Amino acid sequence: MIRIKNLHKSFNDLEVLSGIDEQINDGEVVVVIGPSGSGKSTFLRCLNLLETPDSGEIYVDDEQINSKDADVNRIRQKMGMVFQHFNLFPHLTVMGNITLAPVKLKKMTKEEAVATGNELLEIVGLAEKADSYPAQLSGGQKQRIAIARSLAMKPEIMLFDEPTSALDPEMVGEVLDVMKNLAKSGMTMVVVTHEMGFAREVATRVLFMDEGKILEKGTPDEIFDNPQNERTRQFLSKVL
Amino acid sequence: MDWFDTWWTGIQDKFYLCFIEDDRYTLLINGIGITIKVSIFAVVLGLVIGFLIASCNLSKNRFFNLIGKVYTDVIRGTPSVTQLMIVYFVIFGQFLSFVNWDKWIIAGIAFSINSGAYMSEIIRAGILSIDKGQTEAGRSLGLNGRQTMFNIVIPQALKNIFPAMCNEFITLIKETAIVGYVGLVDIQKAGDFIKSTTYEAFMPLIGTAIIYFVIIKVLTIALGRVENALRKSDHR
Repeated sequence: MIRIKNLHKSFNDLEVLSGIDEQINDGEVVVVIGPSGSGKSTFLRCLNLLETPDSGEIYVDDEQINSKDADVNRIRQKMGMVFQHFNLFPHLTVMGNITLAPVKLKKMTKEEAVATGNELLEIVGLAEKADSYPAQLSGGQKQRIAIARSLAMKPEIMLFDEPTSALDPEMVGEVLDVMKNLAKSGMTMVVVTHEMGFAREVATRVLFMDEGKILEKGTPDEIFDNPQNERTRQFLSKVL
Repeated sequence: MDWFDTWWTGIQDKFYLCFIEDDRYTLLINGIGITIKVSIFAVVLGLVIGFLIASCNLSKNRFFNLIGKVYTDVIRGTPSVTQLMIVYFVIFGQFLSFVNWDKWIIAGIAFSINSGAYMSEIIRAGILSIDKGQTEAGRSLGLNGRQTMFNIVIPQALKNIFPAMCNEFITLIKETAIVGYVGLVDIQKAGDFIKSTTYEAFMPLIGTAIIYFVIIKVLTIALGRVENALRKSDHR
Protein backbone atom coordinates (compact mmCIF):
# COMPACT_ATOMS: atom_id res chain seq x y z
CA MET A 1 0.00 0.00 0.00
CA ILE A 2 1.22 3.50 -0.83
CA ARG A 3 -0.04 6.62 0.91
CA ILE A 4 0.88 10.04 -0.38
CA LYS A 5 0.25 13.16 1.68
CA ASN A 6 0.44 16.72 0.37
CA LEU A 7 3.28 16.04 -2.07
CA HIS A 8 5.04 19.08 -3.54
CA LYS A 9 7.84 19.19 -6.08
CA SER A 10 9.36 22.07 -8.04
CA PHE A 11 12.08 22.21 -10.65
CA ASN A 12 13.72 25.61 -10.18
CA ASP A 13 10.77 28.01 -10.31
CA LEU A 14 8.37 25.61 -11.94
CA GLU A 15 5.99 23.88 -9.57
CA VAL A 16 5.36 20.43 -11.04
CA LEU A 17 3.44 18.85 -8.17
CA SER A 18 1.32 21.11 -6.05
CA GLY A 19 -0.17 19.04 -3.29
CA ILE A 20 -0.96 15.44 -4.14
CA ASP A 21 -2.91 13.26 -1.72
CA GLU A 22 -3.60 9.71 -2.71
CA GLN A 23 -3.75 6.20 -1.43
CA ILE A 24 -3.00 3.16 -3.54
CA ASN A 25 -4.12 -0.14 -2.05
CA ASP A 26 -2.68 -3.58 -2.59
CA GLY A 27 -3.88 -5.21 -5.78
CA GLU A 28 -5.05 -1.96 -7.33
CA VAL A 29 -4.16 -1.00 -10.89
CA VAL A 30 -4.10 2.78 -10.87
CA VAL A 31 -3.74 4.47 -14.22
CA VAL A 32 -2.65 8.09 -14.25
CA ILE A 33 -3.71 10.11 -17.27
CA GLY A 34 -3.36 13.76 -18.16
CA PRO A 35 -1.79 16.16 -20.64
CA SER A 36 1.99 16.50 -21.14
CA GLY A 37 3.61 18.50 -18.38
CA SER A 38 0.82 17.76 -15.94
CA GLY A 39 3.27 16.19 -13.50
CA LYS A 40 2.19 12.57 -13.84
CA SER A 41 5.68 11.21 -14.58
CA THR A 42 7.17 13.29 -11.77
CA PHE A 43 4.49 11.94 -9.45
CA LEU A 44 5.40 8.38 -10.40
CA ARG A 45 9.13 9.04 -10.07
CA CYS A 46 8.59 10.45 -6.59
CA LEU A 47 7.06 7.15 -5.52
CA ASN A 48 10.44 5.40 -5.73
CA LEU A 49 12.39 8.56 -5.02
CA LEU A 50 14.02 8.94 -8.42
CA GLU A 51 12.82 12.48 -7.75
CA THR A 52 13.09 13.79 -4.22
CA PRO A 53 9.90 15.52 -3.10
CA ASP A 54 10.30 19.06 -1.76
CA SER A 55 7.69 18.45 0.90
CA GLY A 56 4.99 16.00 1.78
CA GLU A 57 5.07 12.40 2.93
CA ILE A 58 5.11 9.10 1.09
CA TYR A 59 4.45 5.89 2.99
CA VAL A 60 4.95 2.42 1.61
CA ASP A 61 3.45 -0.20 3.91
CA ASP A 62 3.31 2.43 6.67
CA GLU A 63 7.02 3.20 6.43
CA GLN A 64 7.81 6.78 5.43
CA ILE A 65 10.21 6.45 2.52
CA ASN A 66 11.17 10.10 2.16
CA SER A 67 12.35 10.53 5.72
CA LYS A 68 16.03 11.05 6.39
CA ASP A 69 16.72 7.63 7.86
CA ALA A 70 14.68 5.56 5.40
CA ASP A 71 16.67 2.84 3.64
CA VAL A 72 15.91 3.93 0.09
CA ASN A 73 17.70 1.02 -1.58
CA ARG A 74 15.78 -1.58 0.39
CA ILE A 75 12.46 0.19 -0.26
CA ARG A 76 13.18 0.37 -3.99
CA GLN A 77 13.62 -3.41 -4.05
CA LYS A 78 9.91 -3.65 -3.27
CA MET A 79 9.01 -1.41 -6.21
CA GLY A 80 9.81 -2.29 -9.80
CA MET A 81 9.98 0.49 -12.36
CA VAL A 82 9.52 0.31 -16.12
CA PHE A 83 10.74 3.28 -18.14
CA GLN A 84 9.61 4.87 -21.38
CA HIS A 85 13.00 4.24 -22.96
CA PHE A 86 13.43 0.72 -21.50
CA ASN A 87 16.90 1.48 -20.08
CA LEU A 88 18.11 -2.07 -20.56
CA PHE A 89 21.80 -2.52 -19.82
CA PRO A 90 23.33 -2.80 -23.30
CA HIS A 91 26.55 -4.46 -22.12
CA LEU A 92 24.71 -7.43 -20.62
CA THR A 93 22.71 -10.21 -22.24
CA VAL A 94 19.01 -10.45 -21.58
CA MET A 95 19.69 -12.98 -18.83
CA GLY A 96 22.44 -10.73 -17.46
CA ASN A 97 20.00 -7.85 -17.30
CA ILE A 98 17.49 -9.94 -15.39
CA THR A 99 19.87 -11.60 -12.94
CA LEU A 100 22.16 -8.64 -12.13
CA ALA A 101 20.15 -7.07 -9.31
CA PRO A 102 18.87 -10.25 -7.58
CA VAL A 103 22.40 -11.68 -7.50
CA LYS A 104 24.22 -8.46 -6.52
CA LEU A 105 21.71 -7.77 -3.78
CA LYS A 106 22.08 -11.34 -2.53
CA LYS A 107 18.41 -12.01 -2.94
CA MET A 108 19.15 -15.18 -4.94
CA THR A 109 22.08 -17.34 -5.91
CA LYS A 110 23.17 -17.22 -9.52
CA GLU A 111 21.36 -20.52 -10.22
CA GLU A 112 18.13 -19.38 -8.59
CA ALA A 113 18.25 -16.10 -10.47
CA VAL A 114 18.73 -17.88 -13.80
CA ALA A 115 15.84 -20.22 -13.01
CA THR A 116 13.63 -17.24 -12.10
CA GLY A 117 14.87 -15.47 -15.22
CA ASN A 118 13.82 -18.36 -17.42
CA GLU A 119 10.36 -18.45 -15.83
CA LEU A 120 9.94 -14.72 -16.37
CA LEU A 121 11.13 -14.92 -19.97
CA GLU A 122 8.52 -17.61 -20.48
CA ILE A 123 5.86 -15.31 -19.03
CA VAL A 124 6.80 -12.37 -21.29
CA GLY A 125 7.09 -14.73 -24.25
CA LEU A 126 10.79 -14.32 -24.96
CA ALA A 127 12.24 -17.57 -23.66
CA GLU A 128 14.52 -17.92 -26.70
CA LYS A 129 16.15 -14.50 -26.18
CA ALA A 130 18.04 -15.26 -22.95
CA ASP A 131 21.45 -15.00 -24.59
CA SER A 132 20.67 -12.07 -26.90
CA TYR A 133 21.96 -8.57 -26.31
CA PRO A 134 19.49 -5.66 -26.09
CA ALA A 135 20.78 -4.27 -29.40
CA GLN A 136 19.40 -7.40 -31.09
CA LEU A 137 15.83 -6.86 -29.85
CA SER A 138 12.89 -4.82 -31.13
CA GLY A 139 11.41 -2.07 -28.99
CA GLY A 140 8.51 -4.20 -27.85
CA GLN A 141 10.84 -7.04 -26.94
CA LYS A 142 13.11 -4.65 -25.03
CA GLN A 143 10.20 -3.38 -22.98
CA ARG A 144 9.01 -6.90 -22.18
CA ILE A 145 12.54 -7.74 -21.02
CA ALA A 146 12.56 -4.57 -18.92
CA ILE A 147 9.35 -5.75 -17.26
CA ALA A 148 10.89 -9.18 -16.64
CA ARG A 149 13.98 -7.51 -15.19
CA SER A 150 11.87 -5.59 -12.67
CA LEU A 151 9.83 -8.66 -11.79
CA ALA A 152 13.00 -10.62 -11.03
CA MET A 153 13.31 -8.62 -7.82
CA LYS A 154 9.87 -9.96 -6.84
CA PRO A 155 8.48 -6.49 -6.18
CA GLU A 156 5.19 -5.83 -4.41
CA ILE A 157 4.43 -2.81 -6.56
CA MET A 158 5.18 -2.08 -10.22
CA LEU A 159 5.49 1.46 -11.56
CA PHE A 160 5.16 2.07 -15.31
CA ASP A 161 6.29 5.39 -16.76
CA GLU A 162 4.72 5.66 -20.22
CA PRO A 163 5.85 2.13 -21.09
CA THR A 164 4.50 2.17 -24.64
CA SER A 165 5.16 5.77 -25.67
CA ALA A 166 8.47 5.04 -27.37
CA LEU A 167 7.18 2.01 -29.28
CA ASP A 168 6.12 1.54 -32.86
CA PRO A 169 2.31 1.25 -32.89
CA GLU A 170 2.40 -2.39 -33.88
CA MET A 171 4.48 -3.27 -30.83
CA VAL A 172 2.28 -1.58 -28.27
CA GLY A 173 -0.08 -4.55 -28.03
CA GLU A 174 2.52 -7.11 -27.00
CA VAL A 175 3.66 -4.92 -24.10
CA LEU A 176 0.13 -4.12 -22.97
CA ASP A 177 -0.70 -7.83 -23.04
CA VAL A 178 2.13 -8.55 -20.62
CA MET A 179 0.90 -5.74 -18.39
CA LYS A 180 -2.68 -7.00 -18.51
CA ASN A 181 -1.57 -10.47 -17.42
CA LEU A 182 0.45 -8.91 -14.64
CA ALA A 183 -2.62 -6.99 -13.48
CA LYS A 184 -4.69 -10.17 -13.56
CA SER A 185 -2.12 -11.90 -11.35
CA GLY A 186 -2.93 -9.35 -8.65
CA MET A 187 0.14 -7.12 -8.86
CA THR A 188 -0.27 -3.61 -7.46
CA MET A 189 0.43 -1.30 -10.40
CA VAL A 190 0.68 2.42 -10.99
CA VAL A 191 0.72 3.18 -14.70
CA VAL A 192 1.30 6.52 -16.39
CA THR A 193 0.08 6.11 -19.95
CA HIS A 194 -1.70 7.60 -22.92
CA GLU A 195 -3.29 4.24 -23.76
CA MET A 196 -6.90 5.01 -22.86
CA GLY A 197 -8.04 1.58 -24.00
CA PHE A 198 -5.71 -0.03 -21.49
CA ALA A 199 -6.92 2.32 -18.76
CA ARG A 200 -10.54 1.50 -19.47
CA GLU A 201 -10.00 -2.23 -19.63
CA VAL A 202 -7.49 -2.88 -16.87
CA ALA A 203 -7.56 -0.01 -14.38
CA THR A 204 -9.33 -0.38 -11.09
CA ARG A 205 -9.05 3.38 -10.73
CA VAL A 206 -8.09 6.24 -13.01
CA LEU A 207 -6.50 9.49 -11.84
CA PHE A 208 -6.68 12.55 -14.05
CA MET A 209 -3.85 15.01 -13.40
CA ASP A 210 -3.28 18.52 -14.66
CA GLU A 211 -1.04 21.35 -13.47
CA GLY A 212 0.43 19.31 -10.67
CA LYS A 213 -2.86 18.27 -9.10
CA ILE A 214 -5.14 15.28 -9.22
CA LEU A 215 -8.27 16.93 -10.60
CA GLU A 216 -10.48 13.89 -10.78
CA LYS A 217 -10.39 10.25 -9.82
CA GLY A 218 -12.72 7.35 -10.12
CA THR A 219 -13.41 4.05 -11.80
CA PRO A 220 -12.73 3.93 -15.54
CA ASP A 221 -16.47 4.07 -16.18
CA GLU A 222 -16.87 7.18 -14.06
CA ILE A 223 -13.92 8.97 -15.65
CA PHE A 224 -14.45 8.01 -19.27
CA ASP A 225 -18.26 7.95 -19.46
CA ASN A 226 -19.23 10.60 -16.98
CA PRO A 227 -16.35 12.98 -16.22
CA GLN A 228 -17.27 15.68 -13.72
CA ASN A 229 -14.38 18.08 -14.14
CA GLU A 230 -14.32 20.49 -17.08
CA ARG A 231 -10.59 19.89 -17.69
CA THR A 232 -11.13 16.13 -17.72
CA ARG A 233 -13.86 16.51 -20.32
CA GLN A 234 -11.65 18.73 -22.50
CA PHE A 235 -8.75 16.32 -22.26
CA LEU A 236 -10.82 13.23 -23.01
CA SER A 237 -12.57 14.86 -25.92
CA LYS A 238 -9.16 15.34 -27.53
CA VAL A 239 -7.67 11.90 -26.87
CA LEU A 240 -10.63 9.57 -27.25
CA MET B 1 77.60 -2.12 -59.84
CA ASP B 2 80.62 -0.82 -58.01
CA TRP B 3 78.72 2.07 -56.45
CA PHE B 4 76.23 -0.35 -54.96
CA ASP B 5 78.91 -2.53 -53.41
CA THR B 6 80.64 0.51 -51.96
CA TRP B 7 77.36 1.82 -50.56
CA TRP B 8 76.32 -1.57 -49.16
CA THR B 9 79.71 -2.12 -47.56
CA GLY B 10 79.40 1.37 -46.01
CA ILE B 11 76.03 0.52 -44.54
CA GLN B 12 77.34 -2.74 -43.14
CA ASP B 13 80.34 -1.01 -41.61
CA LYS B 14 78.19 1.65 -40.00
CA PHE B 15 75.75 -0.94 -38.73
CA TYR B 16 78.66 -2.87 -37.22
CA LEU B 17 80.11 0.28 -35.72
CA CYS B 18 76.85 1.49 -34.22
CA PHE B 19 75.29 -1.69 -32.94
CA ILE B 20 77.81 -4.56 -32.83
CA GLU B 21 81.17 -3.08 -31.88
CA ASP B 22 81.71 -3.02 -28.12
CA ASP B 23 78.30 -4.74 -27.84
CA ARG B 24 76.57 -1.38 -28.23
CA TYR B 25 73.27 -3.13 -29.01
CA THR B 26 73.07 -4.03 -25.32
CA LEU B 27 72.60 -0.32 -24.59
CA LEU B 28 69.49 -0.37 -26.74
CA ILE B 29 68.22 -3.65 -25.28
CA ASN B 30 68.59 -2.28 -21.76
CA GLY B 31 66.97 0.94 -22.98
CA ILE B 32 63.94 -0.99 -24.22
CA GLY B 33 63.68 -2.52 -20.74
CA ILE B 34 63.71 0.92 -19.11
CA THR B 35 61.16 2.39 -21.52
CA ILE B 36 58.80 -0.54 -20.99
CA LYS B 37 59.21 -0.59 -17.22
CA VAL B 38 58.61 3.15 -16.87
CA SER B 39 55.64 3.02 -19.26
CA ILE B 40 53.88 0.09 -17.61
CA PHE B 41 54.41 1.53 -14.15
CA ALA B 42 53.10 4.93 -15.30
CA VAL B 43 50.06 3.46 -17.07
CA VAL B 44 48.99 1.44 -14.04
CA LEU B 45 49.53 4.17 -11.47
CA GLY B 46 48.22 6.77 -13.96
CA LEU B 47 44.95 4.85 -14.27
CA VAL B 48 44.59 4.85 -10.50
CA ILE B 49 45.30 8.58 -10.31
CA GLY B 50 43.07 9.23 -13.31
CA PHE B 51 40.20 7.37 -11.71
CA LEU B 52 40.63 9.21 -8.40
CA ILE B 53 40.82 12.62 -10.06
CA ALA B 54 37.82 11.80 -12.27
CA SER B 55 35.90 10.82 -9.11
CA CYS B 56 36.89 14.16 -7.58
CA ASN B 57 35.69 16.05 -10.63
CA LEU B 58 32.40 14.12 -10.78
CA SER B 59 31.76 14.36 -7.06
CA LYS B 60 29.08 16.66 -5.68
CA ASN B 61 31.52 17.78 -2.99
CA ARG B 62 32.97 21.21 -3.83
CA PHE B 63 36.23 20.56 -2.03
CA PHE B 64 36.92 17.44 -4.13
CA ASN B 65 35.89 19.36 -7.26
CA LEU B 66 38.50 21.97 -6.44
CA ILE B 67 41.23 19.37 -5.90
CA GLY B 68 40.42 17.76 -9.23
CA LYS B 69 40.30 21.03 -11.08
CA VAL B 70 43.56 22.39 -9.66
CA TYR B 71 45.31 19.09 -10.37
CA THR B 72 44.29 18.91 -14.02
CA ASP B 73 44.97 22.63 -14.49
CA VAL B 74 48.49 22.48 -13.09
CA ILE B 75 49.47 19.30 -14.93
CA ARG B 76 48.08 20.40 -18.26
CA GLY B 77 49.60 23.85 -17.86
CA THR B 78 53.20 22.75 -17.40
CA PRO B 79 55.60 20.77 -19.64
CA SER B 80 56.05 17.13 -18.77
CA VAL B 81 59.84 17.46 -18.78
CA THR B 82 59.56 20.17 -16.10
CA GLN B 83 57.24 17.94 -14.09
CA LEU B 84 59.66 15.02 -14.42
CA MET B 85 62.57 17.12 -13.21
CA ILE B 86 60.57 18.60 -10.33
CA VAL B 87 59.49 15.14 -9.19
CA TYR B 88 63.00 13.75 -9.51
CA PHE B 89 65.20 16.61 -8.27
CA VAL B 90 62.86 18.51 -5.98
CA ILE B 91 60.35 16.06 -4.54
CA PHE B 92 62.48 12.90 -4.38
CA GLY B 93 65.80 14.77 -4.48
CA GLN B 94 65.14 17.11 -1.56
CA PHE B 95 61.86 16.61 0.29
CA LEU B 96 61.90 12.84 0.16
CA SER B 97 65.64 12.38 -0.17
CA PHE B 98 65.56 9.57 2.41
CA VAL B 99 63.56 7.45 -0.05
CA ASN B 100 65.91 5.21 -1.99
CA TRP B 101 63.83 4.04 -4.87
CA ASP B 102 65.16 3.08 -8.27
CA LYS B 103 65.29 5.90 -10.75
CA TRP B 104 62.84 4.19 -13.07
CA ILE B 105 60.23 4.01 -10.32
CA ILE B 106 60.56 7.72 -9.62
CA ALA B 107 60.31 8.47 -13.34
CA GLY B 108 57.27 6.20 -13.51
CA ILE B 109 55.65 8.14 -10.70
CA ALA B 110 56.35 11.42 -12.50
CA PHE B 111 54.78 10.17 -15.72
CA SER B 112 51.77 8.71 -13.90
CA ILE B 113 51.14 12.08 -12.26
CA ASN B 114 51.23 13.64 -15.70
CA SER B 115 49.25 11.02 -17.54
CA GLY B 116 46.73 10.68 -14.69
CA ALA B 117 45.50 14.21 -15.39
CA TYR B 118 44.79 13.41 -19.03
CA MET B 119 43.31 10.01 -18.19
CA SER B 120 41.00 11.59 -15.62
CA GLU B 121 39.47 13.77 -18.31
CA ILE B 122 38.98 10.76 -20.58
CA ILE B 123 37.38 8.77 -17.75
CA ARG B 124 35.19 11.69 -16.71
CA ALA B 125 33.92 12.22 -20.24
CA GLY B 126 33.33 8.47 -20.60
CA ILE B 127 31.24 8.26 -17.45
CA LEU B 128 29.24 11.35 -18.39
CA SER B 129 28.55 9.84 -21.81
CA ILE B 130 26.41 7.09 -20.26
CA ASP B 131 22.71 7.91 -20.34
CA LYS B 132 21.17 8.91 -17.02
CA GLY B 133 18.46 6.30 -17.61
CA GLN B 134 21.07 3.59 -16.99
CA THR B 135 21.74 4.90 -13.51
CA GLU B 136 18.02 5.30 -12.87
CA ALA B 137 17.34 1.74 -13.99
CA GLY B 138 20.05 0.44 -11.67
CA ARG B 139 18.88 2.49 -8.71
CA SER B 140 15.23 1.57 -9.31
CA LEU B 141 16.17 -2.10 -8.95
CA GLY B 142 17.52 -1.32 -5.51
CA LEU B 143 21.23 -1.22 -6.31
CA ASN B 144 23.07 1.49 -4.39
CA GLY B 145 25.08 4.22 -6.06
CA ARG B 146 28.36 2.34 -5.90
CA GLN B 147 26.89 -0.93 -7.21
CA THR B 148 25.24 0.97 -10.06
CA MET B 149 28.48 2.75 -10.91
CA PHE B 150 30.63 -0.39 -10.93
CA ASN B 151 28.19 -2.85 -12.49
CA ILE B 152 26.34 -0.67 -14.97
CA VAL B 153 27.96 2.69 -15.70
CA ILE B 154 31.68 1.92 -15.64
CA PRO B 155 31.55 -1.26 -17.78
CA GLN B 156 29.77 0.73 -20.49
CA ALA B 157 31.99 3.76 -20.04
CA LEU B 158 35.11 1.59 -20.42
CA LYS B 159 34.05 0.66 -23.91
CA ASN B 160 33.61 4.31 -24.88
CA ILE B 161 36.81 5.31 -23.13
CA PHE B 162 38.94 2.60 -24.65
CA PRO B 163 40.04 4.20 -27.95
CA ALA B 164 40.97 7.49 -26.27
CA MET B 165 42.75 5.58 -23.53
CA CYS B 166 44.82 3.64 -26.12
CA ASN B 167 45.86 6.96 -27.55
CA GLU B 168 46.94 8.10 -24.13
CA PHE B 169 48.99 4.91 -23.58
CA ILE B 170 50.78 5.49 -26.87
CA THR B 171 51.42 9.14 -26.10
CA LEU B 172 52.76 8.11 -22.72
CA ILE B 173 55.25 5.61 -24.16
CA LYS B 174 56.64 8.24 -26.51
CA GLU B 175 56.64 10.84 -23.76
CA THR B 176 59.00 8.67 -21.69
CA ALA B 177 61.73 9.52 -24.22
CA ILE B 178 62.62 12.43 -21.95
CA VAL B 179 63.75 10.27 -19.02
CA GLY B 180 67.31 10.94 -20.09
CA TYR B 181 66.91 14.27 -18.29
CA VAL B 182 67.09 12.47 -14.96
CA GLY B 183 69.90 10.13 -15.96
CA LEU B 184 67.94 7.08 -17.09
CA VAL B 185 69.14 5.31 -20.22
CA ASP B 186 66.01 4.46 -22.16
CA ILE B 187 65.78 3.75 -25.90
CA GLN B 188 66.19 7.41 -26.81
CA LYS B 189 69.13 7.99 -24.50
CA ALA B 190 70.80 4.77 -25.67
CA GLY B 191 70.54 5.92 -29.26
CA ASP B 192 71.91 9.26 -28.21
CA PHE B 193 74.90 7.63 -26.49
CA ILE B 194 75.70 5.63 -29.59
CA LYS B 195 75.46 8.77 -31.68
CA SER B 196 77.94 10.66 -29.52
CA THR B 197 80.46 7.83 -29.22
CA THR B 198 80.41 6.87 -32.91
CA TYR B 199 79.80 10.31 -34.42
CA GLU B 200 77.15 8.59 -36.53
CA ALA B 201 73.67 10.16 -36.54
CA PHE B 202 71.73 8.13 -39.12
CA MET B 203 72.00 4.58 -37.77
CA PRO B 204 71.35 5.19 -34.06
CA LEU B 205 68.52 7.67 -34.57
CA ILE B 206 66.71 5.69 -37.27
CA GLY B 207 67.26 2.60 -35.12
CA THR B 208 65.70 4.38 -32.15
CA ALA B 209 62.70 5.41 -34.24
CA ILE B 210 62.21 1.88 -35.56
CA ILE B 211 62.28 0.39 -32.05
CA TYR B 212 59.63 2.83 -30.78
CA PHE B 213 57.55 2.21 -33.88
CA VAL B 214 57.63 -1.57 -33.46
CA ILE B 215 56.73 -1.40 -29.77
CA ILE B 216 53.77 0.86 -30.46
CA LYS B 217 52.64 -1.15 -33.48
CA VAL B 218 52.57 -4.36 -31.44
CA LEU B 219 50.68 -2.56 -28.67
CA THR B 220 48.16 -1.11 -31.13
CA ILE B 221 47.42 -4.55 -32.57
CA ALA B 222 46.99 -6.05 -29.11
CA LEU B 223 44.71 -3.24 -27.95
CA GLY B 224 42.67 -3.52 -31.15
CA ARG B 225 41.96 -7.15 -30.28
CA VAL B 226 40.84 -6.16 -26.79
CA GLU B 227 38.56 -3.49 -28.24
CA ASN B 228 36.89 -5.99 -30.55
CA ALA B 229 36.19 -8.24 -27.58
CA LEU B 230 34.70 -5.27 -25.70
CA ARG B 231 32.41 -4.52 -28.64
CA LYS B 232 30.86 -7.98 -28.47
CA SER B 233 27.52 -6.69 -27.18
CA ASP B 234 27.17 -4.24 -30.11
CA HIS B 235 26.97 -6.94 -32.74
CA ARG B 236 23.54 -7.45 -34.12
